[in-house]
Amino acid sequence: MKFLHLIGSHLRHKKLRTALTLLSITVAFVLFGFLSAIRQALVGGVQMAGADRLIVRNKISIIQMLPESYQARINRIPGVDFATHQTWFGGIYQDPKNFFMQSPVVPQEFLKMYPEILLSPAESNAWLQTRTGAIVGRKTAERFHWKIGDQVPIQSTIWAKEDGSRTWVFDIVGIFDGRDKNTDTTPLFFRYDYFDEARRYQKGQVGWYIIRIHDPAQAAAVAQRVDAEFANSPAETRTEPEGAFIQAFANQTGNIVFIVAAILSAVFFTLLLVVGNTMAQAVRERTGEFGALKAMGFSNGQILALVLAESCLLAIPGGAFGLSLAWLIIARGDPTHGLLPMFYLPAHDIFVGLGISLLLGLGAGIFPALKARRLQVAEALRRL
Amino acid sequence: MSENPSSNGLLVEIVGVEKIFQRGAETIHVLTHLDLQVRAGEFLALMGPSGSGKTTLLNLMGGLDRPTEGTVTVAGERLDQLPDRRLAAWRARHIGFVFQLYNLLPALTAERNVELPLLLTPLSKAERKKHVDTALAVVGLSGRARHYPRTLSGGEQQRVGIARAIVTDPTLLLCDEPTGDLDRKAGDEILDLLQALNRDYGKTIVMVTHDPHAAARAGRTVYLNKGRLHHEPVQ
Repeated sequence: MKFLHLIGSHLRHKKLRTALTLLSITVAFVLFGFLSAIRQALVGGVQMAGADRLIVRNKISIIQMLPESYQARINRIPGVDFATHQTWFGGIYQDPKNFFMQSPVVPQEFLKMYPEILLSPAESNAWLQTRTGAIVGRKTAERFHWKIGDQVPIQSTIWAKEDGSRTWVFDIVGIFDGRDKNTDTTPLFFRYDYFDEARRYQKGQVGWYIIRIHDPAQAAAVAQRVDAEFANSPAETRTEPEGAFIQAFANQTGNIVFIVAAILSAVFFTLLLVVGNTMAQAVRERTGEFGALKAMGFSNGQILALVLAESCLLAIPGGAFGLSLAWLIIARGDPTHGLLPMFYLPAHDIFVGLGISLLLGLGAGIFPALKARRLQVAEALRRL
Repeated sequence: MSENPSSNGLLVEIVGVEKIFQRGAETIHVLTHLDLQVRAGEFLALMGPSGSGKTTLLNLMGGLDRPTEGTVTVAGERLDQLPDRRLAAWRARHIGFVFQLYNLLPALTAERNVELPLLLTPLSKAERKKHVDTALAVVGLSGRARHYPRTLSGGEQQRVGIARAIVTDPTLLLCDEPTGDLDRKAGDEILDLLQALNRDYGKTIVMVTHDPHAAARAGRTVYLNKGRLHHEPVQ
């Protein structure tokens, strides 16, 4: 601690240079925080996917339907606890920009399959009592200021009703919360029986099945049995763990993790050069000072430590400030208003960010520190 | 006092020292067959023309450089045999340097500059402050402790340099052209201070200078010419 004043003195002495370098570090870490939140929003569902849940979809494509009659057969397959289904509704509320997912479900089965969906018993009962009833996640409810009792018209881009209209009106009977931070509270779920009766075509067809299995360790075996059950049928199936299914969705926008990593690598490499240049300049212009310190008795190791500490004193606060700013911006919510429902900066990424700032400090400072360490005292004192 | 001279009262013993520098293909003999003794409590001036090896000799005495041949013994320690890490620690304990261009850290106040050598000791913050205040009082700069070097005159900066050199109560003070960058008046004040340190505090001082006026303040003067030591001026 007694060296802290010495370490920080040069940074305080060169205020403009320090401020500009700090600013570049801060901006880089704001970007890091933002990209981390975007990555989390796109792949977070993968992390939250149930280890004991499998998804059964049409082997040809996710947009091809499966018969509702498959449910009974799936329920009989060894290893299966129970199955339910969902279908992509693809609706629009007022404006295409107001995106959020909607899906018809069988209420009791759905709530049993997803215990992370928290709905009060009263609201659950109301849903069972109301044919046109829908439950909506709290994020979407707050976004559009919906409350229980509201009627919400949604325009489907896919499903026409018997009367030809594409406007489906739902009664909000419940607002659900998520058990975990990562639980998506943007979707709207309504009753499948209402949907199937009212839709004009593809009656008795569903989008995909969700299976709860007894033993997650048997996932691969159960998946094989499910697909074998429907092999050589008009609608063959492909069964996979829920995480892989969600990952496949995320991969449709490209390999997000790779893209984010590539961008951040380029940014931090450039930053390393910037901070490294700052430190190299700082050491070059203080050759005489380091000579004087060595003459006083500072060892080569202490000089190395002083330069590294100065570099870290620049990098770590800059990184921390950038991450703090990112956190504040991200806390305001999904900037796309619906496309990134789980938009937040995970604590893990904050710690990773701080770790990167430390590595940045060490990486940027190591070569100048070694140079200062190697300075011959007599030679350094001649360079005044 | 913290000096530990040999049994014959010698603080510095340089015997048969050669110093050769290699500059590419060129070999430069800076010091040749040099013998020098400095007694504890002495004020010695080292004079000579530019390039005669004065600073090199001073650096050898201060453990900043090693001789190519010969031995350098200061305060009973063979500097030519000490490993680098121990040499740094030895320097911190025994040597106080005063540089021609002061070599103060511009980002630190006068008192923080004076404190620097004390950071290498186990003294507490309060103890360091006490030593710093004492050193600044000795050089007459108690009222300028919080000033940065850029707001001090040349003479004041050199006095801060001297305070820094004496704050650890070193065995030996090595001064490299301490008045070289000062006008006559400021230079005389510095020389007065060095004389007082020698006379009143018993500090052993070796001062490199090319100025006969400064050398006259010392108790003894030796002369370097083309790397060889003389005890009389060389014409």
